[in-house]
Amino acid sequence: MTALLEVENLSVAYGAIEAVRDISFAVGEGQIVSLIGSNGAGKTTTLRTISGLLRPLTGAIRFEGKPIESLAAHTILELGVAHCPEGRRLFGRMTVAENLQLGAYVRKDAGVAADMERVYELFPVLGERRNQKAGLFSGGEQQMLAIGRAMMSKPRLLMLDEPSMGLSPIMTQRIFDTIKELQSQGTTILLVEQNALAALALSDRGYVIDLGRTTLEGPGHDLLADERVRAAYLGDA
Amino acid sequence: MATLLQQLISGLVLGGQIALIALGYTMVYGIIQLINFAHGEVFMVSVFGALATYNWFIPESWQQTWPLALLAMLVGAVVVAVVLAVLMERFAYRPLRNAPRLAPLITALGVSVMLKEIVRLSFPGATAAVHVPRAFWDEPITFKVPGGTVVIGSTGLLVIVVAIVGAVLLQVYISRSRMGRAMRATAQDPDTARLMGVDPNRTIVLTFVIGGALAGVAGVLYGVHLNNVDTDAGFLTGIFAFTAAVLGGVGSIKGAVIGGFIIGVIKTVGGQYLPGGTAYDLVWIFVLLILVLVFRPQGLFGEPERVRA
Repeated sequence: MTALLEVENLSVAYGAIEAVRDISFAVGEGQIVSLIGSNGAGKTTTLRTISGLLRPLTGAIRFEGKPIESLAAHTILELGVAHCPEGRRLFGRMTVAENLQLGAYVRKDAGVAADMERVYELFPVLGERRNQKAGLFSGGEQQMLAIGRAMMSKPRLLMLDEPSMGLSPIMTQRIFDTIKELQSQGTTILLVEQNALAALALSDRGYVIDLGRTTLEGPGHDLLADERVRAAYLGDA
Repeated sequence: MATLLQQLISGLVLGGQIALIALGYTMVYGIIQLINFAHGEVFMVSVFGALATYNWFIPESWQQTWPLALLAMLVGAVVVAVVLAVLMERFAYRPLRNAPRLAPLITALGVSVMLKEIVRLSFPGATAAVHVPRAFWDEPITFKVPGGTVVIGSTGLLVIVVAIVGAVLLQVYISRSRMGRAMRATAQDPDTARLMGVDPNRTIVLTFVIGGALAGVAGVLYGVHLNNVDTDAGFLTGIFAFTAAVLGGVGSIKGAVIGGFIIGVIKTVGGQYLPGGTAYDLVWIFVLLILVLVFRPQGLFGEPERVRA
């Protein structure tokens, strides 16, 4: 099986500071793959580089086998890579409906309205308050909207950066259920999480990133069982 | 009473011109946080664009028919202003997009001086007022009011109407259209807008095009209303428009228009009634600006400055 997304020996720097060093991983079609690791490990930088907001120092990023590391962010989205950024980054002064319409900005087909209705069905609270400003919603509701917005471009690959950040355990569970649901509908997911336990339990494959490097990789349940992962990220002594 | 109403009307006419230019300042600031000091010169150049169209490009028979002459001058002014605004963005501001804020600001001042000098050198005699033909019907509209009559010229009326209609159309476009959403998204959070597939260059160029077109409209109206222009026209009108944008709240379309009208009215009514007469009208405008900046720094309709994450 060829991977949908391949990242090979990727290094990214902010000025003189190398935030990502020589990371390699692959995301297969239809999989959920998670990148886990502590704060400052370079996970967010990796996602921002894949989506074209940052330029790599060295290394290759291939989507469906084609190099994308030098393409503009809007072109990468049009190829089918959506990025739901850390901190949700909704357009707070716009309504729920406008945020979803922006998610569908590149689409020219007639199905946008129907897809908006599907988001409202999936998250009824958004449907009920579709004309309210996004900034007025709670953290969990905002995360639902951020995921809904990213799905509006009909991506092949959805990248989620810390979707559980700041959410209650119940809301976190709700978001992870949604991620699983999106996978079953055919979307490939690349997940970045500090909540390693929940992320790995969900994942087909996981990569542990530490200080900008990939240190461990394997199927999600194997990593969950790995003593080093348990010691470092799951709080087991 | 008649004098007050007359000054009020003159103020609204001046205000309409200021408002059309202020819209360009406010939109460009809204999207790239740049005070485009050269925008006043775009307006000035567009008046010369209208004049050049009249003098060099339209047949004599058109010159005698005001609707044709006005239309030709409008096209000339808008084309010149839009081309200029786009070139300015592409070659002066885009290379500095990620530079510290001071660099594009100083560049804007440089572009402003450059444009003024280019016009002065290429339009012989342009340091003194150059005659702009009327290109419009001459009959002013007269109202009887207690204590006399009030007159509004046809071009003056046109200025007020165009400013209000233009601002309303612009507001609808920004709030309802797909490109309008993209512009607002880029203004709020440029990186996230890119993640939605918005090409920032396209939205920014569009902003400059709209601002330039409105300056061109203001330019032709200015020319046919006052019947003259000189190379300094851009500086003072630009300062008024910039002040109007700040007064109304930079980034706000409604604010730019209302700010424009307020400044126009203060200049004429204040010049009539406040101590010092017309010699002090600029003083009152800037006193008001300072008061607004002290007590309501975001302007009348602006959003409070937010810190970008």
